[in-house]
Amino acid sequence: MNSLRITTPLTDAAIESLRAGQAVLISGRLLTARDAAHKRMVEALGRGEELPVNLAGQVIYYVGPTPAPPGRVVGAAGPTTSGRMDPYTIPLLAQGLKGMIGKGYRSPKVVAALAEYRAVYFVTYGGAGALLARTIREARVLAYADLGPEAIHEFIVEDFPALVANDIYGGDIYSESVRWRMPAAEGF
Amino acid sequence: MRTIAAGEITAVVARLCREANVTLGEDVLQVLEAAREREESPRGRDVLDKLLANARLAQEEGMPLCQDTGVAVVFLEVGQDLHIAGDLEAAVHEGVRQGYSEGYLRKSVVRHPLDRVNTGDNTPAVIHYRIVPGDRLKITVAPKGAGSENMSALRMLKPADGVEGVKRFVLDVVEKAGPNACPPLVVGVGIGGTMEKAALLAKEALLRPLGSHSDDPLVAALEAELLEAINRSGIGPLGLGGRVTALAVHVEVYPCHIASLPVAVNLNCHAARHRSAVLPEGIWRLIGSAADREGKNDVSEEKHKYLGEKT
Repeated sequence: MNSLRITTPLTDAAIESLRAGQAVLISGRLLTARDAAHKRMVEALGRGEELPVNLAGQVIYYVGPTPAPPGRVVGAAGPTTSGRMDPYTIPLLAQGLKGMIGKGYRSPKVVAALAEYRAVYFVTYGGAGALLARTIREARVLAYADLGPEAIHEFIVEDFPALVANDIYGGDIYSESVRWRMPAAEGF
Repeated sequence: MRTIAAGEITAVVARLCREANVTLGEDVLQVLEAAREREESPRGRDVLDKLLANARLAQEEGMPLCQDTGVAVVFLEVGQDLHIAGDLEAAVHEGVRQGYSEGYLRKSVVRHPLDRVNTGDNTPAVIHYRIVPGDRLKITVAPKGAGSENMSALRMLKPADGVEGVKRFVLDVVEKAGPNACPPLVVGVGIGGTMEKAALLAKEALLRPLGSHSDDPLVAALEAELLEAINRSGIGPLGLGGRVTALAVHVEVYPCHIASLPVAVNLNCHAARHRSAVLPEGIWRLIGSAADREGKNDVSEEKHKYLGEKT
C-alpha cells in the first residue's frame, strides 16, 4: 500500500489533504491518553483549570503501553478501542487537538465534530503491539503518573503506520467493508 | 493422596502468564497463515501480514503480543486426591503478581469497578475451579483483553427461538462488535445450562485448539455454519473489509431447563492467548508451548529454578 508520510504537529493543510482510507506513516510527537486520563482532563477543563499538556496541533494515541523491558524505551503499544473516549473527545478538540489514533468506530457526534474542528481520526493495527512499539524512538511520562499505564506519555515516533479512518469531509473507512459483504448463507 | 506445596503453583502460574502473553499458539499461527492466503481484500491482507509479523517479533523479542495483557483468567482442574499444602487461591494470585511483574506485562486490573484504582500488580485473577477424579492438577492461564471481552454478550433466548435464534444472536454480536473487538476473531459460544454456565462455556470454548471441531455432529455443523456466515459479513480484518472476519467458531453446549435457552458469546481477538501446565504423577508438563513442541516440556527443573529465584 502507498503510504503518505506526515509529521506532527498536524497543520490545517495536512488535515485538508487527508482522505479516509489513506495509509500514512506518522513521524514526530504523539501524546498518549486513554480512559482515566481523558476523564481527568475533561474534569479539569470543567473546573476551568489548565491542562497539564498543551493540545494545540497535537495528536493523541489511545494506548496504555506495557512497561518497558530492560534496554527498550517502551513495551508493547497497540491501540485501544477509541469509542470509549467519545464522551470526552469534543472538549479536547475545542482545545486544539488535531488528531486521534485508535481502533474501532467513533460516535456520529465525534465524526461530525472532526469537520467542525478540522481534525482527523486515524486507526492503527489492533493486536500488533510489539510491531508498533518498534516505531517508538523515545517515550516519557508527561503527566498523571499516578495513573500507571493510563498516564499521559510523550512518544517520539518514526514512520508509525496508520490509516485515515474519518476525515473532515465525512469520509469513513469502515463504510468500505460493505463492499465485501456477501449474501447471507442459507437459513440466515 | 499426593501432596504438593502451594509455592509450586505460584511458580507455574507466573511462567504461564509470561508465556501466554508473548507466544501465539502454533494452532493460531497456522490458522492465521491460512487466512492470509484466503483473504482477497488488499487491506485485509496487509492487516494479516502485520499480525503475523507481530507474532514473530513478539516471540523473538520476548515482548507481549499486545499491550492489553489482560485480566488473568485461571482455570484449575484439581484432583480430589491431591492435597495442596498452603493457600491455593493466594498461590495463584501470587503467581499472577510475579508473572506480570517479571514479564513486564501491563497491570490492567482496578480494585473496584466503581472507584477504579489500579491494584498495580494485575491481581486478583479470575479463578474457575473444577474438582476432578485422581490426584492430577491442570492449570490454564488465559489472559483476556478488554477490547474483545467488552463486545461479548449473553442473551436468555426462548426455546421457540431454536437454533435459528442462536445463529441470529451470534451474528448480531459479531456485527455490533465490528472493528472494536480486533477481528479476525475467535468466537466462543456457550449454549445451555443457566445464565452463568453459558458464560463459562463460552469462555471455555476459547481454550479449544483453533480450528478443532465439536465431537457432537449437531454442534460441529453449527460451528461450520456460523463461521461461514460470519465470514460473509464483509467486516474483515480490523473491520476494514474482507473475507476473514473470524478464524474459528467454537461452540460448547450443556443441558438446560425446559423453559430456557441461554446463549453466551465470548469474543476473542486473533490472539487466543492461553497456556496450560499439568501435573500428572508429580511432574509438571507445559502443554502447547514451544518447549512442548521441542520435547522439552518437562518443567520440573524450571519449577525449582523459579522457586529459587529472588522475586
